[in-house]
Amino acid sequence: MSETKTTEAAADEPNIRIVEDATCTFCGCVCDDMELTVDLDANRITKAKNACVLGRAWFLQHGIEDHPQAMIEGREVPLEEAMDEAARILHEAKFPITYGLSDSPCEAQRVAVAINDLVRGNIDTTTSVCHGPSGIAFQGVGESTATLGEVKNRADLVIYWGGNPAESHPRHFTRYTVTPKGRYIPNGKKDRYVVLIDIRKTPSSPVADQSIRVKPGRDFELLWALRALVRGRDISPDIEEITGVSRETLDELVERMKNCNFGVLFFGMGLTMTRGRHFNSGALLALATDLNKHTHFVAKPVRGHGNVTGADNVVSWQTGYPFGVNFHRGYPRFNPGEYTTVDLLARGDADAAMMIATDPASNFPKRAIENLKKIPVISLDAKPTYTSRAARVAFMVATYGINTGGTVYRMDDVPITLRPAFDSPFPTDEEVLTGIYTRLKALRVNGRKKAA
Amino acid sequence: MILIPGRSSKQGTSLNAGKLKEEYQTITSTIEMNESTMNKLGLSTGDRVRLSCSTGKVEVACGKPRKDEDLPDGMIFIPYGPSSSELMESDTAGTGMPMSKQMMVEVERLGAN
Amino acid sequence: MAENSAELRIKGGKVYDPANGIDGEVRDILVRDGRVVDKVSEKARTINAHGMVVMPGGVDIHCHIAGPKVNLSRKLQPEDHRLDVHPGTDVTRSGVGGVTPSTFATGYRYATLGYTTAFDAAVPPLAARHVIEEFHDTPVIDKGFYVLLGNNMFLYDLLKQGRKQDFKEAIAWWVTAARAAGVKLVNAGSDEFWKGRRNENVTDVNEDIDPFDLSPLQATAAFIEAVDELNLPHPAHIHCNNLGHSGNVQTTLDTMKAAEGHRAHIAHVQFHSYAGELGKRVQTGSEAIIDYINTHENITTDVGMVMFGKATAMTADAPLTWMLRFKDTKWVNADTECESGCGVMPFTYQDTNYTHTMQWAIGLELFLLSKDPWRVMFSTDHPNGASFQTYPRLIRLLMDRGFRAEMMKHVNQKAISTCLLPQLDREYSLSEIAIITRAAPARALGLVNKGHLGVGADADITVYTDDENREHMFNAPRYVIKAGKPIIEDHEFVDDHIGRFLHTEPEHDPAIEDQIRPFFEDYYSIRFNNYRVDASYLHDHEVIPLRNSGGKRKKGSK
Repeated sequence: MSETKTTEAAADEPNIRIVEDATCTFCGCVCDDMELTVDLDANRITKAKNACVLGRAWFLQHGIEDHPQAMIEGREVPLEEAMDEAARILHEAKFPITYGLSDSPCEAQRVAVAINDLVRGNIDTTTSVCHGPSGIAFQGVGESTATLGEVKNRADLVIYWGGNPAESHPRHFTRYTVTPKGRYIPNGKKDRYVVLIDIRKTPSSPVADQSIRVKPGRDFELLWALRALVRGRDISPDIEEITGVSRETLDELVERMKNCNFGVLFFGMGLTMTRGRHFNSGALLALATDLNKHTHFVAKPVRGHGNVTGADNVVSWQTGYPFGVNFHRGYPRFNPGEYTTVDLLARGDADAAMMIATDPASNFPKRAIENLKKIPVISLDAKPTYTSRAARVAFMVATYGINTGGTVYRMDDVPITLRPAFDSPFPTDEEVLTGIYTRLKALRVNGRKKAA
Repeated sequence: MILIPGRSSKQGTSLNAGKLKEEYQTITSTIEMNESTMNKLGLSTGDRVRLSCSTGKVEVACGKPRKDEDLPDGMIFIPYGPSSSELMESDTAGTGMPMSKQMMVEVERLGAN
Repeated sequence: MAENSAELRIKGGKVYDPANGIDGEVRDILVRDGRVVDKVSEKARTINAHGMVVMPGGVDIHCHIAGPKVNLSRKLQPEDHRLDVHPGTDVTRSGVGGVTPSTFATGYRYATLGYTTAFDAAVPPLAARHVIEEFHDTPVIDKGFYVLLGNNMFLYDLLKQGRKQDFKEAIAWWVTAARAAGVKLVNAGSDEFWKGRRNENVTDVNEDIDPFDLSPLQATAAFIEAVDELNLPHPAHIHCNNLGHSGNVQTTLDTMKAAEGHRAHIAHVQFHSYAGELGKRVQTGSEAIIDYINTHENITTDVGMVMFGKATAMTADAPLTWMLRFKDTKWVNADTECESGCGVMPFTYQDTNYTHTMQWAIGLELFLLSKDPWRVMFSTDHPNGASFQTYPRLIRLLMDRGFRAEMMKHVNQKAISTCLLPQLDREYSLSEIAIITRAAPARALGLVNKGHLGVGADADITVYTDDENREHMFNAPRYVIKAGKPIIEDHEFVDDHIGRFLHTEPEHDPAIEDQIRPFFEDYYSIRFNNYRVDASYLHDHEVIPLRNSGGKRKKGSK
C-alpha cells in the first residue's frame, strides 16, 4: 500500500478525510492528481477535485453496496466456500479460460496468470477486443513512442486518428497533449498544431486546428497514401474518390509532418475495430517510423481501461506474449484468433470461464454470449453485471484505486501506485485469486498423491 | 446502413452507476443518425426501430438528429452495450477482434414511442 | 528474509574462491541459515562434491533483464519465443526463451548457468516500479539495477547553473527514490540531440549540448565525481559516447581520462574499442584501451563480448539503434520524459560479416590482454552482444586456445587477419574465470557477502562437473545452492526461490526535494508525490552498504 498523504479534518467534522494525489483508474489516462474528499461515515467519496466527468462518476458512484461477498448460483455463501467451488471448477475443467483483467491492479493480474499456468488454462485480456490488433501490428513493425510527458514538453504537431478523447478520455487534451505548457512548448496550445482524422464530427472536433474526414473503412488506404508521399512516391489520382480526402490536403499534411520538430500520432479503436484492423495499426506505426527519417515522430494507441496497459505488461513479462495466451501444453503459446476469448467462446472450445472485472455477457458478439451461458462461469467484479448475474460463482470485490492499493500502468506504460480512499467490506481481486490459487495447488498435490 | 458502435460520455458515466440500472440500458439502446437520413427513412426522435443483420436483430430508439455535416449519410452511431452485441458477428478473421465498428444493418421503423 | 535452517556440508570439492586465495584446493564448504559458516552439526545434509568444481554463484554486473525495454523486446519477438519454449515443472513456472526470455525463464536459465545474482544496467527512474515488479517474477537470482541519470534534464539544469552541491544531493535523492544500486550514464547529452533536434546524435565529447552550456565530457566528469564522493558502493557506470563508431577509441580514452582521481566503471568496453576512421571499416583498438585500463587502477570495466547468432539491440542510446537499422527492420523507439531515450531492435551477428567478426575478436582480445582480472569483468551486455545463454561458450573461448583457433577458421578472414587475436595464446584458468564472473563483479558492486565462500558469505554456491569441455561444464551445474537452499540437484530443479532485491541508500539532505518538486510539477506528467518507489515494492531486500560505512550489511527500512 502506498504511503497515502491524508489530512484528517478538524474535530467538528471528524469523519471527513482528504486524499491528495489519488489516482483515477477509470480510463487509460490514469490521472494521478485527484484530491478526494471522503465521508468515512457514509463510506463514500463526496468530492473528486480535478476529476473529469467520467472520473467524477467513477469516484462518486462507488459507494459500498449492500451485496453478498460471494454467491453460488445466486445464493449467498461464505467467501471460503465460493473459493473452494471456483477452484474445483478450474481444476476439473479440460479447457478453462480466464478473461478480463484490465480493471484489476497488476498484483492481481500476476496471480491470474499463475493460476492459468497451474491449470494449463488460457488467459486473455480485454486487449484482444481493444488494441489487440495494435499489439499484432507492433510485433510486425515495432513502434516509435514516448511517455505523455514528452508529448507535453515537446510535441508541436499532435494528430488523433479514429478516436474521440473528449468523450472517452476527457483529460487527454488538457492534462497531457494539447493545452498544457511544456519545457519547449511555453505557450501550450498556441505552440501546437492539432489535427483530427475521423469519419464523423465528434465532441473532440473543436480542439482541432484541422479536421480531416475519411470515408468509413478507408483508413488503410489513407495511411498508405501518406506513407507513399512521405517516401516521395506517387499515389493514385483517384485518392480523393477512394478516401474522401483531397490530394492537396494530403500534401499539406505530409509537409506538416515532415517539418515539425516533434510529432505524435495518437490512434483509437476507430482504426483497430474497423476494416483492416491490425493492418491499419501497422500502417500507422510504420508511418510514424518512416517520419523519423525527417524529424522526431512518435505514435501511441489511446488505451481504454484503467489498467489494460498493466495487463499487457504482466502477461508479456510472465509469458512473452501480450494477450491470447494458452498454457495447454505446459508452456505459453500465442495465437490470436485461436486463443482469444471471442473465438474460444464462439467456437464453444472453453468448458469453464473465469471473468475478472469484465462483462462479456453485455458486450461480446451474440454467439459468444450464447456459449458462455452454457458453461460454469466464475466472476469477480465490483458491480453486479450481466456476467455476474449469470455466473455460477460470483465474487463481489473491492474497487481498485478506491478501496485498494496496487499498481496500474498508464496508457504510455508509466506505472503508478494507487492510494485507496476508504475500506471496503469486500475482498480484493488479489485476495480472491490468491485463495483460488492456493486451493488449486492443494488439489494438484492431492491429485498426485491419489495417482501414486 | 453502416452501424458504428462507440464510447460516449453518458455511456461511460452510467456504467459506473451499474450496468443493470435503467440509465445504462436506455443509453446503450438509443441510436443517432443525421437529419437527412432520418428524413429519408421517415424517422423522428423517439421512434422505435428494428436493426437487423444476419447475426441478429434488436429494437432501439431514435435519438435526436445530428447535423448532416457531423455524421455522414447512411451511418448510425450507437454507444457500446447489449444492443450492439446482439448484431455483432463473432468471426474475428484470425485477430481476436470481432468487426465491432462498421457493421452492415437493415433499419425498419416500428412506430412512434 | 526467507528463513532457512537447513545445514549443508558440500564435501570434498575442488574449491575456487579467489577472494580468499583458494585455488582449487579440496575442502568442505559448510552452510547454515543461508550463510557459509565454519561449523555445522552432525545432522547436516552432505552433498558429495568429490571431483567436482565448487565456486561462488555467478554475478552478472551488466545485463538487461527487466523493465519496459526488455518487455518491449519480448512483445516484439514472438518468433523468438516459439522456437524456444520453457515448460514448467512441479516446482517451477513455465515461460518462453529466446534472446529475451520471460521473467521466470530468465531466472531459471541464469540458475542453470550457475549464476545467482544479476544487475539490470539501465532503468529510467520513472520505470523503476515496473522493473521491481518484474524482479518479483524473476526467480532464484538476487537482483538490482542502475538508474539512468546521465540525460536527466533537472540534473543538467543544475550543472548549467553550477550548483554542484545540489547536483550531488539530487543524485543521492534519485538513487534512493528509485531504489537503485548504482548510477548509469548512457551517451551523455544525446537525449536533447535525439528528441529535440530531429534525431541527431552527439558526435564529439566536447561539443555544446544546447541549451545546457555543457559538453558531454563535462557532464560525464561531473557524474563520476559526484557518485564517487557520495561513496556509492558501485562507481558511475558509464556507457560512453559514440558507441559502435569506428574511431571511438579516442572518445573512450577521453572519458577515462576525465575520471582521473575517481572511480569509474566503463560498461561493455568492447563496443568502445574501435580504431579506424569514422564512417569507414572498424579496426581493432583493443590494445590502446586495455593498456590504459591496465595502468589505471581507478577504472573497472565489463567487456560486453559479442557472440555470433541472434541478439537484440536494447539500449537507452536511442540514436544508436536508429543507426543500426537497415532495410526497414522492425524497430522500437521509446522516449521517457525528462529522463531517457530507448531503442530496441532484433539483431543477428554473423560470422561471415567483417564488422561482426571484428567485434567478436576485440572482445576476446581485451580479455587476453588484460593484466588484472579483478578490473576487467565478464559480460555480453545481454542481449546486445549476445544472450547470457552464450556465456558457457564464451568462457570456453577464453579457456581453450584450440577451440578459439578452430572457430577462427570459420569467421570473416579479412577481419581476423587484421586482428591481434590469432597471435594471442593465453588461456584463462578456472581461478581467473571465477574472478571475472564472480569475485570481481561482487567486489566492484560492493557486495561484501557475494562472490566468495568465506565465513559469513551468502550461501550462493555452484557445483560443476569438472569437464574438459568447459562449455559443457559451465552450461549445466550439477548443484546450485541459493541462500543455502538447494535449487538444482543432479541438473534438475528441486525447489523454487524468489530471490532478494539489492539497492543502496546514499545519505542526502531532504531539502533537495523542495528544489526538485517545482521542476517536476512543471515538466513531468505524474505527481511528485507518486514518483518515489514506496517500501511496499521491496519485499525481501537488502541495502548495499556505502563505501564509508565499514561494510556492514543492513536490512532495508520499510
